Amino acid sequence: MSYIRSKFEHPQAQQNTLGFTRRDYEGSISTLCAGCGHDSISAAIVQACFELAIEPHRVAKLSGIGCSSKTPTYFLGQSHGFNSVHGRMPSVATGANLANRDLMYIGVSGDGDTASIGMGQFAHVVRRSLNMVYIVENNGCYGLTKGQDSATADVGSKSKAGKENMYQPIDLVSQALQLGASFVARSFSGDKEQLVPLLKAAISHHGFAFIDVISPCVTFNNHPGSTKNYEFVRDHLNATGTVDFIPMREEIITRYEKGSTQDVTLHDGSVISLRKAAEDYNATDRGQSLQKVREADTRGEILTGLLFVDTDAQDVHSVINTSERPLNSMSEKELCPGSEALERINESLR
Amino acid sequence: MAVKALNDFVVKFANVNGTGSASANNMFAKAVFRMGIPVSPRNIFPSNIQGLPTWYEVRINEDGYLARRGGGVDLMVAVNPQSMEKDLQEVVPGGYFLYDSTKPLDPRLQRNDIHFLPIPLMEISMAEYKDPRQRQLFKNIIYVGALAALIDIEFKVLTELVNDQFKGKEKLIAPNVHALELGYQYAKDHFQCPLGIRLQRREAVGNRILMDGNSAAAIGAVYGGATVAAWYPITPSTSVVDAFDKYANRLRIDPGTGKHNFAILQAEDELAAMGMVIGASWNGARAFTATSGPGVSLMSEFLGLAYFAEIPAVLIDVQRAGPSTGMPTRTQQSDILAAAYASHGDTKHVLLFPSSPRECFDMTADAFDLAEQLQTPIIMLTDLDLGMNDSMSEPLQWDDKRSYQRGKVLNAEQLDEIERYGRYVDVDNDGICYRTVPGTHPSKGSFFTRGTSRDTYAVYTEDGDKYVENMDRLLKKFETAKDYVPKPEIDDRGGEQYGVVCVGTSSEAVREARDMLAAEGIALNTLRIRAFPFNRDVDDFIARHEQVFVVEQNRDAQLRSLLMIENDVPGNKLTSVLNYDGMPITAKTVASKIRGHVAPASVTPIRKSN
Repeated sequence: MSYIRSKFEHPQAQQNTLGFTRRDYEGSISTLCAGCGHDSISAAIVQACFELAIEPHRVAKLSGIGCSSKTPTYFLGQSHGFNSVHGRMPSVATGANLANRDLMYIGVSGDGDTASIGMGQFAHVVRRSLNMVYIVENNGCYGLTKGQDSATADVGSKSKAGKENMYQPIDLVSQALQLGASFVARSFSGDKEQLVPLLKAAISHHGFAFIDVISPCVTFNNHPGSTKNYEFVRDHLNATGTVDFIPMREEIITRYEKGSTQDVTLHDGSVISLRKAAEDYNATDRGQSLQKVREADTRGEILTGLLFVDTDAQDVHSVINTSERPLNSMSEKELCPGSEALERINESLR
Repeated sequence: MAVKALNDFVVKFANVNGTGSASANNMFAKAVFRMGIPVSPRNIFPSNIQGLPTWYEVRINEDGYLARRGGGVDLMVAVNPQSMEKDLQEVVPGGYFLYDSTKPLDPRLQRNDIHFLPIPLMEISMAEYKDPRQRQLFKNIIYVGALAALIDIEFKVLTELVNDQFKGKEKLIAPNVHALELGYQYAKDHFQCPLGIRLQRREAVGNRILMDGNSAAAIGAVYGGATVAAWYPITPSTSVVDAFDKYANRLRIDPGTGKHNFAILQAEDELAAMGMVIGASWNGARAFTATSGPGVSLMSEFLGLAYFAEIPAVLIDVQRAGPSTGMPTRTQQSDILAAAYASHGDTKHVLLFPSSPRECFDMTADAFDLAEQLQTPIIMLTDLDLGMNDSMSEPLQWDDKRSYQRGKVLNAEQLDEIERYGRYVDVDNDGICYRTVPGTHPSKGSFFTRGTSRDTYAVYTEDGDKYVENMDRLLKKFETAKDYVPKPEIDDRGGEQYGVVCVGTSSEAVREARDMLAAEGIALNTLRIRAFPFNRDVDDFIARHEQVFVVEQNRDAQLRSLLMIENDVPGNKLTSVLNYDGMPITAKTVASKIRGHVAPASVTPIRKSN
């Protein structure tokens, strides 16, 4: 990999509706291993934000600790970022979102950061329905500490040293479904065609959007015997269908055969169009989604694509009835009740 | 022999937890207060919902000493058979023992040096009320009525209190007043009223208020502009957020939309609570959490992040007796070191030490200014005694001209004027750099907040020199903090021999002990520390006295250690006066321990000042 990025930008580089080029959504040069799945995910985030014409400075990127949590440095360089502490990104994101409901929050975490040390915070951020995109870059191992099994490693999957994992894996997609996430998807870092529209849909979704992205660790978990190596993952993928994301301002032109397509209209008017692989898949039925994930797992397959979406979900601000105006924009005028009210309180205490 | 005292005695109520005694006992304390007599009530309660013994101890003192008096009880109101044996022993010789005589007193419970006041509380209540819950509740009101006769509580004051308490539920007023009358009449009919101890109206309260420190802190958070409160329930801090919820719902709802100008989230644990505070503060809102010792342990990781990444945060630590779960319903000042150095690595935190409800209010409001000005966590160390008990306090005050001090935060226009923004560039040479809030400017001011080492432009670095430069700047910022934090309160009456240093709730006992010892000829100057880092006034005070007593409520003399570590005070100059049994420190304890260290030859009685 190159440590020096060319400053050259094509004079006719494609611009989005805000006049930004893709370069405006990039970050610093990655310091991850060459071929790391995480870099493909960063590139997919760049592409999704570019295509959606998101204002970079209206995004906050948050992460915990680990290889995955380093990646927010490598995309959206114009956005504020927060690399917090291990497993605690959800609480920091929650506080940030409470302070300013108008920004877009992208959280990036890993399987160690979410399924082990951060399992508690993950569960609670899901059940609170925080309006954010939560991406797990799932490689089944701890990269920075040299390849220990993580809690998402499959039973029987071998480490680089040849040791088999004996413990049951935690399936984050099933967890998210059970805990009430209103958007749940799974993808593969090697499948940009699938990941980019899923990211666009997740970003446009109002509520908690979870994407579990299988992202092989080229250094510690890409050997035969691991169930998270590129080849194994590719061979065992089973998509619920192909997702097209149609932004609000675009007309839906392609129409597929009736019964094979499920259109879901999001709050902002954009449409997720799922061209289904199996006719009986219903992406708005939580129970069925959970069942299909399990069935695929039993067959040794990894069910990917859009798994579930609920467009009527309330986010935490609706639940606690916070002001439409961001709390961080308020001053003494709105916040301080003044001396007269205080004197009334004093009087009640005499 | 009978105890004789006017407006200077201790009444203690022994009740069963969960029987509604609290409101009757509060009514008693408030009645004394409304008679213009200083009063300091204290709950001594178990970690239990229902069934275990609980006490309410009320010190009445017209001179205005508010510390726990100690040394026994003058009048015990014993309505809990479980604890009666112990309660009986606590009465001073010549004191009084009022008990529920519905069942005969255990014949083993005898003392011939005190006066027994049998009243069949339950029997009276059973005869009068049908509903079992009412019987229980009114039994408590009946003894308050009896006390009105026994120690001369103005009956009118009690009826006014009932009127105030049940405003809007008027049909409850008459039965409550009736219960008061039942007790009053029984006492008048059966005992020589008043007793040797009694009350007489005074004008010694002025415009002061009676409230608990936790509520005062919560109101301080409302006034200080807190919009995000994230918390996890823990005794004795829970009522901080409960009160914030109550007052925010009263004072912070947008009249036009009905929407809340605040957000309260009960987190999954204290780690998450602090994480939310940090996330919200990073994003430009004023946020706080309240906890106690075990929560501080859990929050330490995040406190280290906030210190190093320089994110404002406000933490109210209502201390209780540790270590571990310790005595969760007893008071202590034992988190001083844990808070000062919370988290691994070289960390130091700014601490505030309130000693009254008024100061809980002031310091909480100030904490939000300080946190943003200094861009670091501010930890207010209060304790169970101050937080959960009503204390007589100066009224809360707010200057309507006051504006929030948001510190060095750059807006879009300011960013436009800067050639290159660097989050950790020490522009003003005071260790405090300029921060930006996410979403401020389309192309300038964004940076990566991290708990890893970084250069002045917030870029990750493992360069040792840059790391050291940053750590040294943080130290410089801590020096700068000395000019921002509240100064100590000094009572210097001349003399250079003995000084006393204390914090928080120890100060009332110190004030009273100083007066006691002054009457014996031992002159003491006192200094109450109000913040850490300690400023020069603390150094000067210690330097100009030959011997300094450090009064605190923990085993390990944590404040003394902090003075030695941070201000290079030699250990032999600082003598510890400690109390750590979980009960609030008394003036008697302070006085006797100091007396023990003072050479008797040096004593010449001086007249008590009036």
